[in-house]
Amino acid sequence: MKLTNRSVVVSKKELTWSEKLYLPAITQGLGITISHFFKKKATVQYPEVEKPRTEIWRGRHVLKRDEEGRENCTACGLCAVACPAEAITMEAAERMKGEEHLYREEKYAATYEINMLRCIFCGLCEEACPKDAIYLTDRLVSPEYDRQDFIYGKNKLVEKIDDRIDIVPRKK
Amino acid sequence: MEWLPLIDKSVLILIIFLISLGIAAYSTYAERKVAAFLQDRIGPNRAGPFGLLQPIADGVKMFMKEEIIPSAADKFLFMLGPCIFMMTALMTSAVIPWGKPLDIGGYQMNLQVADINIGVLYIVATASVGVYGIMLGGWASNNKFSLLGAVRASSQMISYELAMGLSIIGVLLISNSLSLSDIVKGQEGFNWNIIYQPLGFLIFLICAFAECNRAPFDLAECETELVGGYHTEYSSMKLGMFLFAEYVNMFISSALIVCLFFGGYNFPGIDNLDLPQNVASIISVVIFFAKTFFFIFFFMWIRWTIPRFRYDQLMKLGWQILLPLSIFNVVATAAWLTFVK
Repeated sequence: MKLTNRSVVVSKKELTWSEKLYLPAITQGLGITISHFFKKKATVQYPEVEKPRTEIWRGRHVLKRDEEGRENCTACGLCAVACPAEAITMEAAERMKGEEHLYREEKYAATYEINMLRCIFCGLCEEACPKDAIYLTDRLVSPEYDRQDFIYGKNKLVEKIDDRIDIVPRKK
Repeated sequence: MEWLPLIDKSVLILIIFLISLGIAAYSTYAERKVAAFLQDRIGPNRAGPFGLLQPIADGVKMFMKEEIIPSAADKFLFMLGPCIFMMTALMTSAVIPWGKPLDIGGYQMNLQVADINIGVLYIVATASVGVYGIMLGGWASNNKFSLLGAVRASSQMISYELAMGLSIIGVLLISNSLSLSDIVKGQEGFNWNIIYQPLGFLIFLICAFAECNRAPFDLAECETELVGGYHTEYSSMKLGMFLFAEYVNMFISSALIVCLFFGGYNFPGIDNLDLPQNVASIISVVIFFAKTFFFIFFFMWIRWTIPRFRYDQLMKLGWQILLPLSIFNVVATAAWLTFVK
């Protein structure tokens, strides 16, 4: 039975005299390798050159703020429930008087951590989020020397007020 | 003027020593670059321009590594192994004629450390002492992988030394001398030995690969079977010495192939140009190194093309094919010299 169209019939015929010399085969092999010597290299010089990524690339997360700079997240925990890798943890806190300019609703996330080593970048958290708070961006998770540094807290996740992160290209 | 030859030789030894080490260091870089290029990669390019400082970075890394001597190892022999291997690798360069004599104020400076009349014999002898380094190192490590690697290396050396020695005899018959400088002088112009000894060259080349423990004959250190082979237990600069000596060996073997079969420093047409002696001498050195570098490249090219032999195939090739072929080569050359020429 033929399983794939790449199957090759193996023959165990005796090698001919010229094949037993091996030298023709070796010269042929040398020819193949030297032709690769002059070929275009496949390497991409990463930090200097970045390989183009698709527009729907799912990279590291961002916790969005609204137009007035208030955090959207209400610490409902739906993202943590949706997360198949169990990478998200958070603690909720109640908004005090005088904090209305910081948090959009009465409840907010006091701590919000994503373990980037656990995360599989599936994007289920942003689908689960009812408040448009968490999104995956087109940016990469940077390399670190310490595993602890891959646990991103709010300091890394919440977008800066003066440095908003555009997630529109992904959401088109 | 009795002290002049002494200074002359000391300077020459120092220069050759430094050049050998420098070329060995940059062979490691070249090997990585060649390997990368043959595999459609770029290779080391971060340390310095084009990665040219990579050998220095590697050397510093080797020195910084922890020095481990296994508690069950024979400490003296464990230290002696890499020393012997490195020493014999460097010793071989003594009889190689690097170029035509230089003329320094009327003094003829011969670009060969020792023009002994048994140069070829000296090289064969020194090269076979080199295996003691591997054997002692492998045995003294008190590790089964090291021992297996050492046993493989020694049996391989013995098997291929025979064919190697016999393949040189053809060259010796033609040039009527055991002195390397005479052999090179006999190949003036385009009168290279490769034309008369193609079979001898092929056998010598294959044996040179085997003697250097290079792929496809690197069974003494094959990672897939023996972890690291004879240098499994070595670390830090002792390991560095083993790896380094391998590249020195490769350089010397290439130089030897050039001397014996490719006319050494000779190049057709250079003698007719009527150059001043010193210019001719420097050009001859350049030619010699160009040829040598080609063979170093060829060593690498082969390494990244052909897979490793199985051990029984290695032994069969050595004893059943190369040895009879080299004997046939000797007889055929002798017959040709007696009856035809």
